[in-house]
Amino acid sequence: MTKIRVVPILAHVLAIIAILPLLWILISALKPAEEVFNFGWPQHWTLSNLQYVLLKIPMPRFMLNSAIVSVTVTVVALFFHSMAAYALARLRFPGRGIIFSGIMSTLLVSLPVILVPLFLVAKQLGLLDSYAGLIVPSIFHAFGIFLLRQYYLNIPRELEEAADLDGCGYWRRYWSVILPLSRPVLASLSVLFFLANWNAFLWPLTITRNPDLRVIQLGISGMQGQYAAAWNLILAAAVIAAIPTVVVFVAGQRRLVDAMKTTGLK
Amino acid sequence: MTRKRREALAAYAFLAPDTLGLLIFVAIPMLLAFGVAFFKVDGFGNYQFIGLGNYRLMAGDDQLWASLKVTAMYVVSFVPIAFVVSFALAMLVRNHFKGIGWVRSAFFLPNVVSLVVVGLIWQFLLVDKRGALSRLLAPFGLGDVSFLGTPSLALGTYVVISVWFLMGYQMLVFLAGLKDVPKELEDAAAIDGAGPWQRFRYVIWPLLRPTSFFVVVNSTIGAVTGLQAFDLVYVLTKGGPARATSTVVLYIYEQAFTFNNMGYAAALTTVVVALLIVCTGLMFGFTRGGRFDED
Repeated sequence: MTKIRVVPILAHVLAIIAILPLLWILISALKPAEEVFNFGWPQHWTLSNLQYVLLKIPMPRFMLNSAIVSVTVTVVALFFHSMAAYALARLRFPGRGIIFSGIMSTLLVSLPVILVPLFLVAKQLGLLDSYAGLIVPSIFHAFGIFLLRQYYLNIPRELEEAADLDGCGYWRRYWSVILPLSRPVLASLSVLFFLANWNAFLWPLTITRNPDLRVIQLGISGMQGQYAAAWNLILAAAVIAAIPTVVVFVAGQRRLVDAMKTTGLK
Repeated sequence: MTRKRREALAAYAFLAPDTLGLLIFVAIPMLLAFGVAFFKVDGFGNYQFIGLGNYRLMAGDDQLWASLKVTAMYVVSFVPIAFVVSFALAMLVRNHFKGIGWVRSAFFLPNVVSLVVVGLIWQFLLVDKRGALSRLLAPFGLGDVSFLGTPSLALGTYVVISVWFLMGYQMLVFLAGLKDVPKELEDAAAIDGAGPWQRFRYVIWPLLRPTSFFVVVNSTIGAVTGLQAFDLVYVLTKGGPARATSTVVLYIYEQAFTFNNMGYAAALTTVVVALLIVCTGLMFGFTRGGRFDED
């Protein structure tokens, strides 16, 4: 019987320890510069760090760039992936197995592996230092296709057949039957895609030099050099970069967890 | 137009955008790496064919071997630690209790913020002598230790931070696997007199094999070539001190974009791809693809 009570207490304690580093920078970002290394609660709370970062550093610009890239990639990726997944799950055609295996095999490839040749391809296509370069290569990823396909395999055939009898073409069946039914999974994926792209660092670092195109992660990592010892400002910027991700996570939490759970082999 | 043909054409049309995109931005770059690897490319983009020259250079490239060693050490420490920690967390939050939702989210939260933010957080916590962690550890005589500035400690610190970052994600994967372990089996085992350890050893563990396999493969690939192998070290240490945290992907990046050796970087890319294929193959071999014993 004691075991039943120990587990929740232990779990809560460990959970608090796990998020302490996050809470710590949030509190530290609200301390004046001279207090930033003091241990414990701030003696004077201040918003001046956040103000400074938002006004003196083009933080709003970085955030706007990240927002443009993340939202565009998310919308286009959901559209393309759901189309591909629909074909793979619901239509019969020659080469389906091969195409599916081909798409799945790209899952083994992560960005750092193909960074160099991908950069060369982007250069050839004239994508360097442009929004298109930040957006287009980030759209294509097999994970979303895989997840949507899993979901579509479980939608009852009858629903589509009804639309078929009404004389709807394939596009109408996808657009008016399948898409509306896949709202939950599209919502989880949109959380996932948004987070991944808002947090992207390596690709933007590789293909943008223009300060006007700087995304938020580049902006805050760049502060390391510029404001080397001004930890109050660096933390304020980090907090501002992290807030949208935490908000999106909390808002779309259940959805995200559902999406994650399907990644394990089913 | 027969119905069959119409269906096939529609399918190809639906598949076209993603298939083209994956070809141009994943498949072609992979193949291109194997092509560019035979060239010396200077900063102006002039290509000069040198056959296996880049591969010959590797033999005498001490920094490459150092990076491979760093990556290998990182994999063999990170993968098992992350596995045990996330599995333990999954077991801890498996059964319902008050506040379970909050606890699960808390463990996952580090995975939500970016690796850049994670790197900055830990740099701040580990600022020599003044960082919060240094102060916490001061009573244990560790107050003066520079965790990110000491070559022998930096890699271990980087492993710990990676575990903290990824444990929540892997915990969720384990939870999904645990959901598929039928309660009846465990109950039946309990009725037959199996203790908690035996239930774990003979019921949960065998049924979790596919999940475990997925976690091991996934975290190994992540450790070698995931974003954690680049973003985090780049922000934390830039590969220092004394190359102690220079992972292979970071080294390739430096060769390509700091020294402009695109050809050499492409050749290194092909080596990493080969390594990955070997690693995955070995893991499949050892675990028979994570299938059950009786297959």
